[in-house]
Amino acid sequence: MIPTRTIQLLDPASVHTVYELLALAVLTPELASRVQFGWAITIHIVFAALSIGLAPFIVYFVVQEIRTGERRYERLRKFWTKLFAVGFIMGTVTGIPMAFMFGTNFAAFSTVAGEMIGGPLSFEAKMAFFLEAFALGILLFGRERVSDLAYAVSSFLVALGAWMSAFWILVVNSWMQTPRGYEIVTEDGVQIAQLTDPMAAFFNPRFPWMYVHMQSAAVISVTLLVAGVAAYFVWKNRDSQVWGTALKAAIVVLLVSSVFQVIHGDLYGRHVADTQPHKFAAMEAHYETGAADLHVVAVPTDLEALTDPRAENLYTISIPYLASFLAEGDFSAEVTGLNDFEYESPPVAWVFWSFRVMVGLGFWFVFLGLWGAYRLWRGGLYEDERYLQALMVSAPLGFLATITGWYVAEIGRQPWIIQDVLTTADGVSTDLGQGEAMVTLVGFVVGYVLLFGVFCYVFKRLVDEEAKRHETGIDDRETPDSPGVTADD
Amino acid sequence: MTSLLSDTEYVVDSLPELWFGLVVVSLGGYLLLDGFDFGLGMLFADATGEDRRTMLAAFGPIWKANEVWLVLFGTVLFAAFPRVYANLLSRHYLLVFAIVLALSLRGLGSKLREEREDETWVRFWDACFVAGSALSPLLLGTLVGSWVLGEPSALAAGPIVVGLTVVALSVVLGAAFLGVKTEGELRENVLERGRIAVGVYVALFVLTAVALYALYPGLRPVVVSAPTVLVVAVTLASAATVLYASLDGHYHLVVVGAAGVAGALVAFVAYLLYPSVDPAASLTVSEAVVSPLPLNLASIFAVTFLPIILGYFFVLFSVFSGPADPAEGY
Ligand code: HDD
Ligand code: HEM
Ligand code: HEM
Repeated sequence: MIPTRTIQLLDPASVHTVYELLALAVLTPELASRVQFGWAITIHIVFAALSIGLAPFIVYFVVQEIRTGERRYERLRKFWTKLFAVGFIMGTVTGIPMAFMFGTNFAAFSTVAGEMIGGPLSFEAKMAFFLEAFALGILLFGRERVSDLAYAVSSFLVALGAWMSAFWILVVNSWMQTPRGYEIVTEDGVQIAQLTDPMAAFFNPRFPWMYVHMQSAAVISVTLLVAGVAAYFVWKNRDSQVWGTALKAAIVVLLVSSVFQVIHGDLYGRHVADTQPHKFAAMEAHYETGAADLHVVAVPTDLEALTDPRAENLYTISIPYLASFLAEGDFSAEVTGLNDFEYESPPVAWVFWSFRVMVGLGFWFVFLGLWGAYRLWRGGLYEDERYLQALMVSAPLGFLATITGWYVAEIGRQPWIIQDVLTTADGVSTDLGQGEAMVTLVGFVVGYVLLFGVFCYVFKRLVDEEAKRHETGIDDRETPDSPGVTADD
Repeated sequence: MTSLLSDTEYVVDSLPELWFGLVVVSLGGYLLLDGFDFGLGMLFADATGEDRRTMLAAFGPIWKANEVWLVLFGTVLFAAFPRVYANLLSRHYLLVFAIVLALSLRGLGSKLREEREDETWVRFWDACFVAGSALSPLLLGTLVGSWVLGEPSALAAGPIVVGLTVVALSVVLGAAFLGVKTEGELRENVLERGRIAVGVYVALFVLTAVALYALYPGLRPVVVSAPTVLVVAVTLASAATVLYASLDGHYHLVVVGAAGVAGALVAFVAYLLYPSVDPAASLTVSEAVVSPLPLNLASIFAVTFLPIILGYFFVLFSVFSGPADPAEGY
């Protein structure tokens, strides 16, 4: 690889380094496909979670708008529907490539698992995507064309579509984590997983955990976004009824859902330890079989601890033997260490630190919920500058927790693409060339950075526009039509 | 009577063929419905100001639902013939991502142009919208062409001619759709373009047939056969309907004619393929199909949900029937 004739002007050693860096940047088709898929879904999940979490809020605003006739709900409905519309387009633009990537990059996987995952993906299209796209057409453009009731129903159908979409896609993913209901048969010399029991396959042991945890994560993510935006407007204008309403609603939802998520996540961890012990060991960077401590907080003291965390070398605040207890319900139980699995370990650093970020944020959200509840109870919510600022800063953090949670689930599953059935290396398209794989990888990285940038820009403009209305007040067409809501702005 | 969820037998013997039919129907549904949008996007290029807003008002409520037919086509193919899905997409790796890019430009362009008033911004996203609307049918047609013709690469004469044919068809469809969604001068302009496009389409369709005959000796018996004659006859009759009805002001009939043209093309695709589903990999329907249990199960879902989906389109097109009004919206 390294040429002997180097350009004389340059120091040979530095040329060497450049070549090494280049060689590092050119990934094998396998690694390029994995990074491409991982990156694409990292962006997709933001928009998917936005739809899943925002849809119920919009239903609430629409129903309240129709029931009470109050302007503030109409304002909230309009603001969030605009964001929903942009997010939905982004969700489609990022979702369609994901569906194709099963065929383009993971053709071998699609052949082996076609019977298991093709069905659910097509059910998703038939039950969820059509419903959501149809109902959204009415929600966005049909306010004047349909009755109030039909309008409220279509907002509900949008939400139903988003939640069903998550249902089927998580059937697929959970099956990859804990596969059931299939049989390996050989067809034309190729081994494939043949469906033998749909109920066992769809409602595999992981599915209920994953669905509940994911939907709750989406609700938390959006609630924090709503709370952050509302806090910003309240901070600018303490009399804003519109955004005061949104802020209070968000705090209540946040408290309930974040407490739920922490408890649920704890139980979920036990289930993972039972079904995917190597992932659990990676989550705790536990290499040697034996009793394990739970590391509540880990602080990397040097670069190596960051890139290669090992339970025994970390500076941690740990609860002795708790990981043993979590895994086995017994404080002295042996937890199998990563060194004792027959296959290679997943990239432990990613799994370990992602898990820490998710759990850390989970506790932070509970704290925010409690703080808000205290303010609701004791009063002074709008005057608590600190709290409003904390909410603004936390607006994007729910999405961060969601992404890192998925890193735990997906990277922790490696080297398997289907646990104990097929490795990722064997799942990649066999005829995929390095050049092609690199071109699209770079395309996705650049393209999605731009895309995400455009989304943030549009979001910022929406917020600025709303802020301007605070200064200029509502225009004359918008006289408050319900008594008591005159201090609309 | 076989049990619905039998794992040894298909509910009906011809179930694999029915699913081949469903693959073709969802491709046809996509070609027709998103064809309206692609054509609209291309005709958008030489409209201005208020006309552009009217066109976008017609496009807004429906294009997303139309686009889902592509997802339906892909996932139906995946559910029934996973090996074909895997082969087709991995074989045309770069083309698939080019399609994704073109579709994204179309979708983003239409939405983002509204987000700011200033001219450079609007012009940039309009250009994306038009380019995406023209490239999507071209590339999709090329993909379908190389699938049907069993070409290992899409960079061959046959597939590219098919791609151009689909572009012309989309203009016809877009014009027909705008014929019922607009009024006055805009309508007449658009229909005039539609008449030119239908002529171009017929010429390209003939060129495709000639190219098939000349370049693919294996397909000669198929090209000169009674069903092909029927396809040509339906194409010509439908094209004539488009011409006559658009000159005579029967705007809904123009849509029927355009749909006839599209239907004939899809039928021809199915006829060229069958009994193969993946000529390049020499896979026939019965070889590539999944085992009975998943197909029986998928059939239950299809029978239940396809009527519901048609219902969505019925409601959507009736709620937004009549001339589009740019002032409406949320
Ligand atoms: C707002 C987001 C969020 C928050 C606050 C939490 N999680 Fe989480 N977590 C997710 C969002 C998430 C997710 C949506 O990203 C994942 C990925 C796969 C899944 O089912 O949910 C996930 C996965 C996930 C997994 C791995 C599942 C697998 O491997 O399949 C575990 C063990 C936990 N979580 C545990 C927790 C614990 C103990 C938490 C609290 C202290 C917690 N989660 C808070
Ligand atoms: C939406 C949240 C998700 C995120 C953030 C996510 C993240 C990731 C990441 C980071 C990888 C790369 C892992 C590695 O190479 O080390 C990956 C791989 C993969 N994921 Fe996911 N994933 C998500 C959901 C899903 C779902 C729902 C499915 C299936 C339906 C899925 C299927 C796959 C497949 C097939 C791969 C490639 C093979 C592999 O690397 O194992 N993912 N995902
Ligand atoms: C590998 C995994 C995934 C694939 C292949 C995939 C595929 C897609 C596709 C094709 C679309 C566009 C549908 C349309 O045209 O309307 C879409 C949108 C969507 N996806 Fe995904 N998706 C994946 C992961 C996920 C996950 C993990 C979730 C949530 C848990 C999710 C939730 C949604 C939702 C709610 C939408 C609707 C569009 C939106 O509002 O963003 N997806 N997805």
